[in-house]
Amino acid sequence: MRKIISLVLVVVVAGLSFAGGGQEAGGAAVEPSITLTIESWRNDDLSIWQDVIIPAFNEQYPDIEVVFQPLPPAEYNSALNAKLEGGSAGDLITARPFDASLSLYQKGYLANLTDLPGMDNFSDVAKSAWQTDDGAETFAVPMASVIHGFIYNKDVFDELNLEEPKTVDEFFAVLDAIKDEGTYVPLAMGTADLWEAATMGFQNIGPNYWNGEEGRRGLIEGSEGFTDPQYIPVWEQLARWAGYMPNGFEAQTYPDSQNMFTLGRAAIYPAGSWEIGLFNQQADFEMGAFPPPLPAGQNTLYISDHTDIALGMNPDTPHPEEARLFLEWMTTEEFAEIYSNQLPGFFSLSDHAITIEDPLAQVFLQWRQIGESTIRNSYQILSRGEPNLENDLWNYSAQVINGDITPEEAGQMTQDGLDQWYEPQR
Amino acid sequence: MTVTGNRFRSYIAVFLLPATAIYTMFLIYPLLGSLGLSLQETVGQGGQTQFVGFANFRRLLTNENWAPGFWNALGNNVYFFVIHSLVQNPIGLLLASLLTAGKLRGQNSYRTALFMPTMLSVVIVGFIWQLILSPIWGVAEGFLGALGLENWFKPWLGLRESALTALSLISVWQFYGIPMMLFYTGLIGIPDELIESAYVDGASGWKIFWRLKFPLILPVLGIVTVLTFVGNFNAFDLIYTTQGTLAGPDFSTDILGTYFFRVFFGHQLQLGNPTMGATVATMMFLIILAGVLTYMFAWRRRVETYEM
Repeated sequence: MRKIISLVLVVVVAGLSFAGGGQEAGGAAVEPSITLTIESWRNDDLSIWQDVIIPAFNEQYPDIEVVFQPLPPAEYNSALNAKLEGGSAGDLITARPFDASLSLYQKGYLANLTDLPGMDNFSDVAKSAWQTDDGAETFAVPMASVIHGFIYNKDVFDELNLEEPKTVDEFFAVLDAIKDEGTYVPLAMGTADLWEAATMGFQNIGPNYWNGEEGRRGLIEGSEGFTDPQYIPVWEQLARWAGYMPNGFEAQTYPDSQNMFTLGRAAIYPAGSWEIGLFNQQADFEMGAFPPPLPAGQNTLYISDHTDIALGMNPDTPHPEEARLFLEWMTTEEFAEIYSNQLPGFFSLSDHAITIEDPLAQVFLQWRQIGESTIRNSYQILSRGEPNLENDLWNYSAQVINGDITPEEAGQMTQDGLDQWYEPQR
Repeated sequence: MTVTGNRFRSYIAVFLLPATAIYTMFLIYPLLGSLGLSLQETVGQGGQTQFVGFANFRRLLTNENWAPGFWNALGNNVYFFVIHSLVQNPIGLLLASLLTAGKLRGQNSYRTALFMPTMLSVVIVGFIWQLILSPIWGVAEGFLGALGLENWFKPWLGLRESALTALSLISVWQFYGIPMMLFYTGLIGIPDELIESAYVDGASGWKIFWRLKFPLILPVLGIVTVLTFVGNFNAFDLIYTTQGTLAGPDFSTDILGTYFFRVFFGHQLQLGNPTMGATVATMMFLIILAGVLTYMFAWRRRVETYEM
């Protein structure tokens, strides 16, 4: 027993002196290279980080080893919080937009990156999701946004002689045509997971009704409300969708909808651009995409171009300089180009002019030229209180489609929730 | 062996020590920590807390943003428990009686097969049943169709009226094995002489079951009920895997476990609230404690264990 204990002690002492020696020597080339760990919820992207992004970084900085360490998306927020509180989190931290990250920053779990060289490659809108409310301090390097729209099966459209709809009336005419023909499900969507109703439904088609940023800011300032005539029709359109969704859509989950579309059983899929990568792999037909159709009286296209993902730094990292080097590299054109092309559908937020090769991703990206970008209206500030606006939108949007409540009730209940705690809305 | 009165037997302490230490460290200490946290409130942005007494409980039980959610979850949980008591335990009893009724060929195989669902992971059970009941890929619609009942098919898991019942029955399907086994051991513990003499006295099988066997396994029914109660009020995983954290549609499948999870860990844009989460956890603890105490004092005192 005593032998074992002394052996353990020797190992511990040796390990400590080794670590100490490493630190004294600093960045000397003979030392084993420094390792940076990235915390992320994007476990789908593991191979892309390992095989493409990190090797590209290592071409310039061979001494810094980078490990991409993803967690399951649903567990990420809670697991990351626990790791940060326990002091075991990685050096670089993938940051959700707005309040989830803001609260981490306020607790001192994300470092201030306002003066990081290269930050000026990002517009204010791009940075807004990872800034303090006054915009003075930035705490993460914006990586990508996702754009909403509708992906459709081109073969089905050709077969039935259909055109991409531009207006809401045309959209429902197309849906009617598919429904009458009867072979295909017109809209591949379900409400079982709730969030599709809000994210692919409400936030997808809504900006055309509330004029994008104008409406979003109006809600924050309190000059607009969910019972206004620019919000109720959004739910009215969603309620009409129900007639074109598959039988039993109430119990249809998100993967059900994805499979239904990629198997060629449905014609149109209310989408976010993040689907492109998966759909390219799984669907063996040609796909097209059209932006949310314009309601009557609307001439400008507004798209949800949602700031979704960024990378911040753990202030307790033992290698702050190397971590900042990595973040700085992420502001370059090289990273923007690699990231946007490797993960089609995640569009770099930097101002670099980059070329995207994936045809479907190109279609989505073109909408930035012909339309105005906005982000999801529940994300900034408005989901801070009780009841939570985002949860309400999920719940009520799904219920509107299920026919359990009317669009007016949805508007009223959402507004009531906001009125309870949000001063400018009272 | 002669027991010598008050002499302190130190070896008892030695034997108890490891279990007590582990139990204290991993169960009692966290439990007390959680109880303590429920009396605190987070202040400022740094995550510091301050003592607020029972304010969190008042908020949970009366505040218009908290109380409806909590009562809804509690009501759903009671419903969940009632379905289990009315369906799971009678099924367990029925199967146990069938397994012990006379000489059954392949009895052991039946016993193992019937116990199988209980050994499956909840995630697998949730996934399998979601697929079976799926309106798109599921076999449920076709199965009903074969019986000429295709109009009866509904997307049960997605409807407000039926989702909780469907999930309760899925849970029953998974867990009936436990009461079955407990009743089974109770039934095979009844001496054959008793049953034989009842036969000799001319009692029918039905009468023997209700007059003889059932009273003898009544204590088991109490244990089964209390185990079901504790299990149901701690349930979480099945709802979480099939319906998600928001326990849709319209919170109709929200039970205390999912409610707690949402409050404590947060959801999407809703940030976690550890102190209110601890308050919900404490309420769950108190509810379970009340149930177990009721069992211990009301049921166990009345129902004597027969000497067999």
